[in-house]
Amino acid sequence: MNPRLETAAMDAITLRLFDTIEEENMAWIMAADSALRHAFGDALTDLTPSYTTLLIHYDCTRLSFCEASNKARRALDGLQPATTQDGQLHEIPVWYDESVGPELPLVAKRAGIGVEALIQRHCAHDYCVFALGFAPGYGFMGLVEEALATPRLTTPRKRVPAGSVGIADRQTAIYPLLSPGGWNILGRTAVPLFEYARRGEPLFNPGDKVRFKAISKAEFEAAGGDTTPMEERS
Amino acid sequence: MKGLRVIQAGPLALIQDSGRFGVNHLGVTQGGAADWISHRWANWLLGNPVHSAALEIVIGGNLTLEAEREVTLALVGADLGARIDDAPLAAQGTFTLAPGQRLCFRRPQGGLRTYLAFPGGLDAPETLGSRACTVREKIGGLTDDGAPLKTGDRLTWHGGEPTPRWLPRSAQLPLPAQGVVTLPFVLGAQAAHFAGRSLYQAFNQEWTVDQRADRMGIRLTGTPLKSTLTGIVSEGIPLGAVQIPPDGQPIVLMNDRQTIGGYPRIGALTPGACARLAQCLPGTRVRLAPISATQAQMNHRRQLSAWG
Repeated sequence: MNPRLETAAMDAITLRLFDTIEEENMAWIMAADSALRHAFGDALTDLTPSYTTLLIHYDCTRLSFCEASNKARRALDGLQPATTQDGQLHEIPVWYDESVGPELPLVAKRAGIGVEALIQRHCAHDYCVFALGFAPGYGFMGLVEEALATPRLTTPRKRVPAGSVGIADRQTAIYPLLSPGGWNILGRTAVPLFEYARRGEPLFNPGDKVRFKAISKAEFEAAGGDTTPMEERS
Repeated sequence: MKGLRVIQAGPLALIQDSGRFGVNHLGVTQGGAADWISHRWANWLLGNPVHSAALEIVIGGNLTLEAEREVTLALVGADLGARIDDAPLAAQGTFTLAPGQRLCFRRPQGGLRTYLAFPGGLDAPETLGSRACTVREKIGGLTDDGAPLKTGDRLTWHGGEPTPRWLPRSAQLPLPAQGVVTLPFVLGAQAAHFAGRSLYQAFNQEWTVDQRADRMGIRLTGTPLKSTLTGIVSEGIPLGAVQIPPDGQPIVLMNDRQTIGGYPRIGALTPGACARLAQCLPGTRVRLAPISATQAQMNHRRQLSAWG
């Protein structure tokens, strides 16, 4: 780790800890997250952790640029990575079906396996949450095993329904609400990620782990899932 | 409860306060008034806390509101050809509507957004500490689903009769004057990844505000800038960040931007420059003017001191 503080804006500093995406980064990112929250206190306007960085947004009526930089530097002194127990494991039930996961055959075919094997392998890994972004409660997770990695659709869809579970390259994610999107959709969950996020209590945070669990259509419906098939590409 | 009835919704009118803070880590964007300076003055004129929820009216487009009871309002920002019934109404002041009178906004004659403030602030549900309406995130607004103002809506407020103030002569509104608009800009660390010639061009050409402009981002067109980085690992994006996608045409990321993104950034406009850019119609010519973070903060604090 080689921490660098970079000017991002008049009242924002990027703390860059790493250069590449690794699951191991997250223990350090989350340690820096809590150290910075503690050090800045009320003078912190926003703190956005991501794969390799944290964006520190501070109140410039209370801290000058130099004071903020020094505070950040001191907060990092003697930083230790968060222990793995700090990140929680969340199990997300998913109904994998072509009607709500139209790219199941495509991703399976690219991997040279059947759809059943694809579902099993997508569920076999505990994915690390790298960042929340794109939409409230949208978690960028990975890393998906190399064989299942699939590039984004050439033309993004205008409407990806809430709960859609997708893959893009070596990442996987769940759409919390109806939005445009270009990820390869494999299935749908009834877990209301958006509702958690808008209450300020996201189901998962960066540094947490997520495991998908395949469920039947009946179980999905019982959980309140919407079985409306995905619309044709528009 | 009686209030202001929306007789005709224009293209875009949104309930906005100063925005949501401390929520970016949830993937929730900042939102808030794009021209926050005019928004605060509008509230100040009524003696409201300056962060109160007001109406951000974009373009106008015959937005028509009818008073169901007498009310004193404040209007600050772009001249959108406002009228009370058939009489022209000057912006940058307060006025009183009698029951049955109609307030209408026609088309922009200088600037793009205007702010209508209400006694004590508009009534609207609060989510994550703010009433800011973010259409894309389906958060905020009258029914807290991110919906812009629609025909048939009723606006109500929570204050009593205000004691109106005058806009001080020293107040500088971020409205475009004739000619080129100067946008103060703080260089970011990734500027190191732009070729010297591109850095020169960033600050020594006039950029044109593109049609592709909304509350998420405003595109500028001109001689393309080239970065040695094509994409970066997605990271948090501050307000006003100037990102350079592969086509070399800058996009200034505004209040409703996504919280993280993966294009290299040359730096960020100051908050004051964001307010100014938010008032620029497509076709406006702008210039990026480098300023140190320290100097920008001094200017920002001076601006904030206007409201006490």
